[in-house]
Amino acid sequence: MLLEVENLKTEFKVKRGTVKAVNNVSFGVEKGEILAIVGESGSGKSVSSLSVMGLIRDPGKVTGGRIMFHGENLVDKTKKEMNKIRGDKISMIFQEPMTSLNPVYKIGDQIMESILTHTDLSKSEARKTAIKMLDLVGIPSPEQRMEDYPHQMSGGMRQRVMIAMALSCNPEVLIADEPTTALDVTIQAQILELIDKLRNKIGMAVLLITHDLGVVAETADRVVVMYCGRIVEQADVKDIFTDPLHPYTKGLLESIPRMEEDKDRLFMIKGVVPDPTKLPKGCSFADRCDHCMEKCKEHMPALVDVNGRKVRCFLHSDEEEVDV
Amino acid sequence: MENREVLLEVQNLSKFFTVNTSFFGKPIDVLKAVDDVSFKIYKGEAFGLVGESGCGKSTIGKMLVNLYTPTSGKIIYDGVELTALKQKERRKYCREIQLIFQDPYASLNPKMTVGDIIAEPIIINKILPKNEVEKRVNYLLDCVGLANHQRNRYPHEFSGGQRQRVGIARALAVNPKLIVCDEPVSALDVSIQAQVLNLLDDLKDEFGLTYLFIAHGLNVVKHISDRVGVMYLGKLMEIAEKNELYNNPLNPYTQALLSAIPSVDITHKKERIILKGDVPTPINPPDGCRFASRCFKAENKCNEHCPQLADVGDGHFVACDICGK
Amino acid sequence: MARKKVLAADGVDVQEAAAIEKPESRFKAMWDTLKKNKAALFGLFVIVVLVIIAIIGPYITPYDPNAQVMSEAYQKPSAAHWFGTDNLGRDIFSRIIVGTRVSLFVGIAAVAMSLLIGTILGSIAGYFGGKIDAVIMRIMDMMLSIPSILLAITLMAALGKGIDKAIIAIGVVSIPEYARIIRSSILSTKENDYVAAAKVLGNSDRRIIFHHIIPNVVSSIVVRATLGISTAILDTAALGFLGLGVQPPTAEWGDMLGRVRSMILVYPYMLIFPGLAITLAVLAFNLFGDGLRDALDPKSRS
Repeated sequence: MLLEVENLKTEFKVKRGTVKAVNNVSFGVEKGEILAIVGESGSGKSVSSLSVMGLIRDPGKVTGGRIMFHGENLVDKTKKEMNKIRGDKISMIFQEPMTSLNPVYKIGDQIMESILTHTDLSKSEARKTAIKMLDLVGIPSPEQRMEDYPHQMSGGMRQRVMIAMALSCNPEVLIADEPTTALDVTIQAQILELIDKLRNKIGMAVLLITHDLGVVAETADRVVVMYCGRIVEQADVKDIFTDPLHPYTKGLLESIPRMEEDKDRLFMIKGVVPDPTKLPKGCSFADRCDHCMEKCKEHMPALVDVNGRKVRCFLHSDEEEVDV
Repeated sequence: MENREVLLEVQNLSKFFTVNTSFFGKPIDVLKAVDDVSFKIYKGEAFGLVGESGCGKSTIGKMLVNLYTPTSGKIIYDGVELTALKQKERRKYCREIQLIFQDPYASLNPKMTVGDIIAEPIIINKILPKNEVEKRVNYLLDCVGLANHQRNRYPHEFSGGQRQRVGIARALAVNPKLIVCDEPVSALDVSIQAQVLNLLDDLKDEFGLTYLFIAHGLNVVKHISDRVGVMYLGKLMEIAEKNELYNNPLNPYTQALLSAIPSVDITHKKERIILKGDVPTPINPPDGCRFASRCFKAENKCNEHCPQLADVGDGHFVACDICGK
Repeated sequence: MARKKVLAADGVDVQEAAAIEKPESRFKAMWDTLKKNKAALFGLFVIVVLVIIAIIGPYITPYDPNAQVMSEAYQKPSAAHWFGTDNLGRDIFSRIIVGTRVSLFVGIAAVAMSLLIGTILGSIAGYFGGKIDAVIMRIMDMMLSIPSILLAITLMAALGKGIDKAIIAIGVVSIPEYARIIRSSILSTKENDYVAAAKVLGNSDRRIIFHHIIPNVVSSIVVRATLGISTAILDTAALGFLGLGVQPPTAEWGDMLGRVRSMILVYPYMLIFPGLAITLAVLAFNLFGDGLRDALDPKSRS
């Protein structure tokens, strides 16, 4: 594994208690692989990625676990050391391409700045690299676009600039947090194709954070499904979509209206996500689950291996989580 | 299809916004949000309108509920030409066409309790005598799946899905006949989307409603609608019965849009059409086909002549000079 | 019946609703934030004390504030006269206490007046926009282009002297400020979907402004008004200093300063104590207003 997260715990202290936003989460991503983390709002998917980047701010804190990258634990790194890794070896792109770029600088200068901070290149070399990057992400006439300000570009173009900036130092890992949520479908298709092309071309590992199962099905190799801060299922993309094991994954897949078929009613997962400060005693999904048993309300199932994939549900194994 | 009763007809409807005026007030840049759009909505159906951001679908919705005044064209509701009425007269019809908003956080007044939010339209429109209002509010809350005792709570105490339910109850309070649903589920989590979509489906039968369902997610629109219109840069590109549209899309834009939607069905990987370039701005759009700059089937003539919606049979309309015939 | 079943399955039912904790009220959240702000609490404390003095002041003064005892004139602060006496032998401490009522009354009344007119003008301008907005706001701009104290003096000159005229003069000069603030709050608030919803549901424009928009901008108005009182107190003192405010022998802080200003080098205490009273009152309203702003602004609340 290129990047390996082990038993990560991230907590937020709020007025009403402690939110275990990420609770004992482990996953890894290989070179050239796209790992998708899916979940709804509050599932902890974004906090996981921010933890990896060392971007958790007060009142949040990584309280346990390891994030191993090239044999080093990123959790132990100082701010300064993380700054060096961030944008160099590990890059990130965000959901909102409108606010991620500084509106008062030309986009060319912004890309060059990130190159200059992380490499020893001269200014003119950095400029060449920046143009090359813009070209790589499919921006037409990149040399002229270097002189543009962010507001002169469309949302799709800005997201491309963000990707170009993230890639400018040849990162080994790209974390993409909802990279296409703010974009139109036809533009989304372009961006997803671009990410896919780039990981093949430069062998980058991609951590794709999204709520859109369609995006996952189209791009990811492996999938981690999160619910209330925990991983509930982890498998290859084919297994997740053809044979989901966890009732939550199943429910999510069935509740999406599909183009291919006509259904009178959509399947509904009942209820709402529980209050993160007051998670139920047993399985977090128990209240909303159609297969809920007595045991589910009392005990938290463990994430166990089932035929080379992982699932956290008493329907598949009786094993209980030890560390609740 | 033809003998069904038309509830709403839109004829050559346009809405232009002047973005920039010269010193003497002459418009220089005109944003053509909706440009010469015509369609019909039949009583009891759900008509879907899809398109990407900036295509003008929401603008149409806002014109129907009188939030925008059309630049030109007619809106005929139940045989009455609304656009010919004076504002005062028009208000009487306002009640019958209601709107459900996209953002469940911005659409409820944070300083009012949920009960008051639903009761207000009943009271100001004098729909029921005062002593019956409370009963009606409770009934409406029940209809949208909220409990009576929640009526004294404020919007910020509710989740996104629950707030959307309140918005739906508020729209129902004035006994509307047509509801414009403007992206009602796109701000909600996946598992909550299904709940709200099913609710809308149920309410349509129960209250005998007609929907104009506006969304960018073609799968959501297809699920809830009977017929679907596809918009691009202020123009209607194609209208058809939903299965016809899905199985036999004629306009290249519809084809691209359908193929671009990421599908969870990984066993049937479909051929993707990746469009080149960006959606152009609707400011001073070209004379020819709006889609010509990105179209993979475009020919020279597309840049010169703007195609009109033409009937290709069975209520399938398409605006394309190449594929339409 | 079918529907009932579906909705029950939605799970947004009694049980789930009961599980939602009743969040603390907005007022309590605001008070909690304010409580932590020591400066604002100090301001609030001083304001409360000032209000009490304003109410009961005339009954607790050690001396008649207007009694001129020439034999006692020019006394330095002492046990008998805490703040000393002025050139006419009046007890300065008593006069400051009585003057609290004038300063607070003029300050609050002037703010109430400008707030009312400013809110109406700002609401109309912000909500309707277009020509009416342009006309109202250009008039406001014109008023703002004249230094406010100059405008107040001109108004006093036209209206004549007196406490009621002082209120009008001070009130009028701050109308543009309120109109501007209300207008910009309304401009941003009216873009909310709930305002559009109110329109679609058939609310009249007046009802939309007063039921849907104003309640949502009221917190910024309250903050502005609190800070405005301090400005009004200052303006009152300035007019009094120039001899344009209340008429003698009524005690007023600014007037007390103005009448003895030539004696500052010889009898500084005659000016220091009224000056301190003004400073304290202005500071209190400023500190409290700032604290209120922080407490009402959800962004500064964690």
